[in-house]
Amino acid sequence: MLLPSHRMVRRFFFAQRECNRGKVMDDKRVVMDGEGIDRALARIAHEILEKNKGVEDLVLVGIRTGGVFLAQRLQKNISGIEGVAVPLGILDITFYRDDLLKGRKKPRPGKTDITFSLDGRKVILVDDVLFTGRTIRAAMDALIDFGRPRLIQLAVLIDRGHRELPIRADFVGKNLPSALWEAVTVNLAEKTGKNEVVIENAP
Amino acid sequence: MRLNKKDILGMRDISVDEINLILDTADSFVEVSTREIKKVPTLRGKTIVNLFYEASTRTRTSFEIAAKRLSADTINISASTSSVVKGETLIDTARNLEAMNPDVIVIRHSAAGAPHMLARMIRPSIINAGDGAHEHPTQSLLDMLTIRSKKGKIAGLKVAIIGDIAHSRVARSNIYGLTKMGAEVAVAGPATMLPRDIEKMAVTVSSKIDTAIGDADIVMVLRIQTEREQQNIFPSLREYASCFGLNANNIKLAKDDALVMHPGPINRGVEISPDIADGPYSVILDQVTNGVAVRMALLYLLTGGSSE
Repeated sequence: MLLPSHRMVRRFFFAQRECNRGKVMDDKRVVMDGEGIDRALARIAHEILEKNKGVEDLVLVGIRTGGVFLAQRLQKNISGIEGVAVPLGILDITFYRDDLLKGRKKPRPGKTDITFSLDGRKVILVDDVLFTGRTIRAAMDALIDFGRPRLIQLAVLIDRGHRELPIRADFVGKNLPSALWEAVTVNLAEKTGKNEVVIENAP
Repeated sequence: MRLNKKDILGMRDISVDEINLILDTADSFVEVSTREIKKVPTLRGKTIVNLFYEASTRTRTSFEIAAKRLSADTINISASTSSVVKGETLIDTARNLEAMNPDVIVIRHSAAGAPHMLARMIRPSIINAGDGAHEHPTQSLLDMLTIRSKKGKIAGLKVAIIGDIAHSRVARSNIYGLTKMGAEVAVAGPATMLPRDIEKMAVTVSSKIDTAIGDADIVMVLRIQTEREQQNIFPSLREYASCFGLNANNIKLAKDDALVMHPGPINRGVEISPDIADGPYSVILDQVTNGVAVRMALLYLLTGGSSE
């Protein structure tokens, strides 16, 4: 039997990709609207409380920039249910990235703002899209430098697959199977004025 | 985001965009030094050499702490304990260090232009930590970071620089940097300490401290290099203190919320009276704190892969 060579496979793959590109060129698919995001976050808030049996020792840490607004919304949801505002921190993971020394072009670091101790706390790490898992790896390394949390759980709005590290989310808004070349964007009113999750071919 | 430079040699050849990039980056590094564990793995595996041909406490310690907080390895070489005393030239020393593959060499040298020469001759990034009476860019950047974080801006502020302008690399770097960023700079000092053609640097010049600090937002006091007393540049420290010393009386001429800055080390009672140096106007120790953040930002921006 003739096995397809690596080059043939690649050619086929790229032909498919070009073909798909042609078809959905301007196709920006909205996969989640504002209401959908609200419902998902309401459910995640309940799930967090259910899994952790309340708000005791609970803290939220949003990963800059996408996770910060989601963490704020979760904080609001949780205080709506339990009447307690759980502490909220902001984490910038730039200094912990594994691709920093690859080129001279550097991502602009943002400020980390965690004003409470993480020792013995149950940390809910919040991000918008879970993709390769590298951001979460960096975030966990950063958190552990801040103290010794009792546990870290991960909440994400979208899980788009394609993990490169053994990492999974504890709370997921929506599982969104995607192709590698597609871009998944979470737009939030706090940042862009719109609430929606969009999938499109990467520019 | 990138810094289009291999080296940081002076404020003269650095653009406004690059200054803003460095200051914005430094803003994010300020917080790292307030953590319980003051270390991030950003520059793991990078090597920074501090090559100091002149005495220094602040700058050398600041660079070393900056590098260590980024997890880089640092080596300090001071001229007095190195092969320099055996007569090795600067270029030979630098080439030998280059052969050990450091990523950044931080150099302080008494000769103006020494870092520029090394930058042309060797591969690693060079950061000028002071070359003679020429430039001291990292001091200027940390001054700007301090001004920006206290005042929220640099453009439009009135900055008075008082003292030995002619022999001060801090003054020169700050004049280049601050005027570029849109500040109004006024200088004052004895005529023997004002360089010829200083007006060409777009500053206003006066021979009285009162004129320069009138209505100023920032009063930057320079160290009187007491080693120059023998050169007959000024009659005595006491006379300098009475004519150009910053004190509780003349500081009132500046704005009510003025900041007093000094690059250190301070000669208490000479260029600045102790009550001002330790008083509410003073941000001298904030400058030192910000120095670490600025140097972390520069090391972060300069180090990268060799592929690009």
